Amino acid sequence: MSVQTLIYIAGRLVKGAMVLLVIAIFNFFLIRMAPGDPAQVMAGEAGATDEIFLQQLREQFGLDQPLYYQLWIYVSNLLQFDMGITYRQQMPVFDLIMDRMPATLLLTGAAFALSLLLGVLAGVVAAAKHRKFMDSVITVAALIFYATPLFWLAMMAALFFSVYLEWLPSFGMQTVGENLTGWEKIKDIGLHLILPATTLGLFFTAVYARMTRTSMIETSRLDFVKTAKAKGMKPSRVTTHHVLRNALLPVVTLAGLQAGQLIGGAVLTETVFAWPGIGRLMFEALFQRDYNLLLGVFFISSAMVVLFNLVTDVIYCVVDPRIELSK
Amino acid sequence: MKKLMMGAVIACLPFTANVYAQAQDGGTINVVVQPEPPSLMIGMYSNATTQQVGGNIFEGLMRYDKDLVPHPLLATSWENSADGKTWTFHLKEGVVWHDGKPFTSADVVFSIDKLLRETNARLRTSLEFVESITAPDDYTVVFQLKQPFGPFIRLFEVGTTPMLPKHIYEGTDYKLNPANHHPIGTGPFVFKEWQKGSFIHLAKNENYHVQGLPHIEELYWHVIPDAASRSVAFETGKIDVLPGGSVENFDVPRLSELDNVCVTTDGWEFFSPHAWLWLNNRQGPTADKRFRQAVMYAMDREFAKSVLWNDYGKIAKGPVGSKTTFFDESIPDYEYNPKKAKALLEDMGYDGSPVRLMAMPYGETWQRWTEVIKQNLEDVGIKTKIVSTDVAGWNQKIADWDYDISFTYLYQYGDPALGVSRTYLSSNIAKGSPWNNAEGYVNKQIDQWFNEAAVAFPDTKREELYSKIQHQIVEDVPVAWLMELEFPTIYNCKVQNLVDSAIGINDAFGTAWIKQ
Repeated sequence: MSVQTLIYIAGRLVKGAMVLLVIAIFNFFLIRMAPGDPAQVMAGEAGATDEIFLQQLREQFGLDQPLYYQLWIYVSNLLQFDMGITYRQQMPVFDLIMDRMPATLLLTGAAFALSLLLGVLAGVVAAAKHRKFMDSVITVAALIFYATPLFWLAMMAALFFSVYLEWLPSFGMQTVGENLTGWEKIKDIGLHLILPATTLGLFFTAVYARMTRTSMIETSRLDFVKTAKAKGMKPSRVTTHHVLRNALLPVVTLAGLQAGQLIGGAVLTETVFAWPGIGRLMFEALFQRDYNLLLGVFFISSAMVVLFNLVTDVIYCVVDPRIELSK
Repeated sequence: MKKLMMGAVIACLPFTANVYAQAQDGGTINVVVQPEPPSLMIGMYSNATTQQVGGNIFEGLMRYDKDLVPHPLLATSWENSADGKTWTFHLKEGVVWHDGKPFTSADVVFSIDKLLRETNARLRTSLEFVESITAPDDYTVVFQLKQPFGPFIRLFEVGTTPMLPKHIYEGTDYKLNPANHHPIGTGPFVFKEWQKGSFIHLAKNENYHVQGLPHIEELYWHVIPDAASRSVAFETGKIDVLPGGSVENFDVPRLSELDNVCVTTDGWEFFSPHAWLWLNNRQGPTADKRFRQAVMYAMDREFAKSVLWNDYGKIAKGPVGSKTTFFDESIPDYEYNPKKAKALLEDMGYDGSPVRLMAMPYGETWQRWTEVIKQNLEDVGIKTKIVSTDVAGWNQKIADWDYDISFTYLYQYGDPALGVSRTYLSSNIAKGSPWNNAEGYVNKQIDQWFNEAAVAFPDTKREELYSKIQHQIVEDVPVAWLMELEFPTIYNCKVQNLVDSAIGINDAFGTAWIKQ
């Protein structure tokens, strides 16, 4: 990697940090525009309360302070990498997020890998069999998965594979109470992973398949492909080395977008399959008005988006060396 | 005059002694818990699910059967003085906390007088009537009341007055005490593990103070956030118990008909959840009594009961639930009668100005109920606009009195002085809370009767006053009563003796067992 590239990356990181700070401040005000506060939600779940109790909670959370002061506290803590304490669990926000991070990364990572592999493969096959039966099958399937609501698909998958066939577990990340270790544990988690990862991955599989197919078909009409074919190169080699490599750029762009959602993009799947991840944490924090926790998840998610945008740009020049990174 | 009101004298014969004979030991029970509780520290969090789980770790002085009769638990017996003002409790000896320290009267005094007084809003209100709490010896506690307080004997279930360890909490910042994450009680189960977002694990307390209990070895509470997924989990057999209200009502008939599935509506007697429509008494058409009566006549509550609630529950006659003490059967009914409703609206000269109907964000049933009510009101000519919000927004709007009509349901806690008067006393009108007199009802006569009834002695005097109150309130219609709700508990029939107290699933697992 050239010095120029490194300088470019450093510059992007600095800009990214500033963007993150602005986002954090924006989020701070955004979530306070929602009616109600965490004290009221907690008291609400208790079903009975009085002013003293609400006041105690607000003092404990620091919500009795003026808003500008709360913002000041929040931002200055954030600059010291302290995201505060969750109101509800009374745990450091960072710890709670890190606690949930592996589950989410496992789920979204598996879905990401699955959709990328399957999608690109399906796209390549469809393009190679352009206007033939296989092409129609793939295109129609992709369209169906693209259009089906995720939660419905998830529910149907659970009903079919868990209730009817009894093959796969319908909720959670592992069988509790059996204290499995080693391969048994990995197998157990793997079984629990199949349904959520597949339902989460199907949408992007469809997107990649359609994108790859279109891009492949377009590229295969370009002059350099004709040249390659004219040279007498094997068709399969033309497909992989000439067409696919050039057709992949838009797919990389999309993959970068999907990767940015690795943290917060699985809310529905995590909810339906009771997967103990960050998406659910965020969703619940929103309804509980757990400001610190919500801001924490927002912050880490936006950091991921900034980071993956950068990674995507770097990958561009690996895929296509003609692209250069510079300010 | 009765000399002494003896409490239960037969120690350690709770309500199921005869069942123990055939009970089998061992096994694991999987239960659904939704929403995930913020904490299991039942003394500081009174959330429904904190109570469901924490009620197996902690204990109160008494346990109540389905007729709300108190039975010994940590207290073996109790008596009330002739003037009704002194209550003496005798504690069980040989009880130890989960960390091995002995449980004594010092813990009782500390729990009630110090910790709960500070942290439990509901108990704090009742403690207003208590002059002093003292411990003459290690196993005796004496409550000196300012006046006789009828509901006093109903204060000691685990959710209202859990016993908490003095040696762990005294002199600390209660809310930040590390023991909140690792609760220590005297109950039949000890805390093992809580994987946030996944499950809570409790295990049998080997040193439990009731001989032969508990039967169950392990308890797992699973966090499954989606209602449909909870149904699926139960269908796959991975879940044994669905506490009342944990699946959507429209799934209840289907699940109930599965093989080997049992259903019970018992175990809510102490709470007796009472649902009504808030009617804003301060402004708009709802400020007119005739309009409020018209709302009562306009509602087809039988329809809602059979369609939305699968015929579980009961139409609410008035402010006091039929399972709560001092319920008066003789109060008049508001039957479904759109003609009367229309006549009342005409009489008041209702100008057709629209009212806002705020839905309660507690799931599908309430959403649909809102639509039913809208239809009912429009049928008699009341223009209705549905307003939607989430839980925090709903709380805020009720607390700020920014609504015309909305839903709620509240627990009655077995006694009108504990769970009914709070909604109607004019001294309970204060912005900022959605659980007080949020409708803004003011009736000085009612205030006076409620205040007298709380401290009247003996019970016959209370009964008389509460009858008068019920007749008057039903005439005034400060809120429009809907139903006494019943939340069926759905469970695998292999679980035996699941619900055997008035708080049901909240302290169920100490006496439950599994048929092998």
